[in-house]
Amino acid sequence: MHELSIAVALVEQVETVVAKERASRAAKVMIAVGVLSGVEPEALQGAFPLVAEGTAAAGAELVIEKVLARVRCLACGQESPTDIYFMGCAKCGSRNVELMAGRELHIQSVELMTDER
Amino acid sequence: MCKDCGCSGDAQGHEHAHVHDGHTHSHGHTHGGDHTHEHPHPHPHAVPAVAEARTVSVQQKILSRNDEQAERNRAWLSEHGVVAVNLISSPGSGKTYLLERTLEGLRGKVACAVITGDQRTDNDARRLQGKGAPVRQIETINSCHLDAEQVGRLLPEVAGGGVKLLFIENVGNLVCPSAFDLGENFKIALLSTTEGEDKPVKYPTLFSTAPVAVLTKMDLVPHLDWNAAACRAALRQVRPGVFIFELSAKTGLGMDAWLDYLVKLTE
Repeated sequence: MHELSIAVALVEQVETVVAKERASRAAKVMIAVGVLSGVEPEALQGAFPLVAEGTAAAGAELVIEKVLARVRCLACGQESPTDIYFMGCAKCGSRNVELMAGRELHIQSVELMTDER
Repeated sequence: MCKDCGCSGDAQGHEHAHVHDGHTHSHGHTHGGDHTHEHPHPHPHAVPAVAEARTVSVQQKILSRNDEQAERNRAWLSEHGVVAVNLISSPGSGKTYLLERTLEGLRGKVACAVITGDQRTDNDARRLQGKGAPVRQIETINSCHLDAEQVGRLLPEVAGGGVKLLFIENVGNLVCPSAFDLGENFKIALLSTTEGEDKPVKYPTLFSTAPVAVLTKMDLVPHLDWNAAACRAALRQVRPGVFIFELSAKTGLGMDAWLDYLVKLTE
């Protein structure tokens, strides 16, 4: 259940963005989670509102974009999506590949609300 | 990206013209850092109390604070000439026992140190005491993994005095620890023969991250329906090119190759 630690780190960052942008609160938080990041999107969805309570991220919607794994083939140079349970090049079948995507755990953007005074 | 003009928006400044209260003016701005701007002229009309929504692009790693500390740990280790490996496996795969035998085997050859993590107790640290290496225990309490800050705090006292090789024994868990960079040189995944040969495919997150895998408890193979070729194939399915050791810390089978490898890491 390290999704709780992830949620804590995420809320901290959202609060920093809200303060830096002089906004009142976050309404929506968009993140990217790779299939090999070790993070379970559903568990993170569950943890986020609990951690966000009482912060500038309270009530914010969490939108998770799942990122599939991609590899670059070191034999033929092709970049292709891959099965994480059987990593290989989709074009030539070589197993000599380098992981290009799939470990993401990024905040992409935050929708901010500023209450006018 | 600049939300006004869609430019790629690095540190280059540029201007946007726009209209306020019937007059056109422009602001120069850069995309490199924070900026605020104010309009000192009064609004002649009442402003309704509505909330204004806008979206800002962030593009940051969620664990950036951990990752930054991990980079500081990495710099410290490199500056002090320490090679650090992060050992990750299920609970009970034999990490601590392998470390006991490894410290004994490397005693007098390589100056080692250990940071070991568990939810509770310092049992592991006590098992590893008296083998010529400084050992520190981290009790993570409710956390399922070590983080870079916990490790960073201990580095000077545990790995300061001429240590060449630091073993970080993570909390027994195949999922969570692999998400947290501790500043190690690389991860080593352990897999015991009693866990079944398809575990790498069931838990690809860790096994795809570790360039080295150690198959432990090889002495039990005669008692198990465990197929070495199938296990190696499963490891290579998720991590083509993985370097595999097969050993038994109990009987000493395969230990020489493992110890030689560790000695070479520090040369």
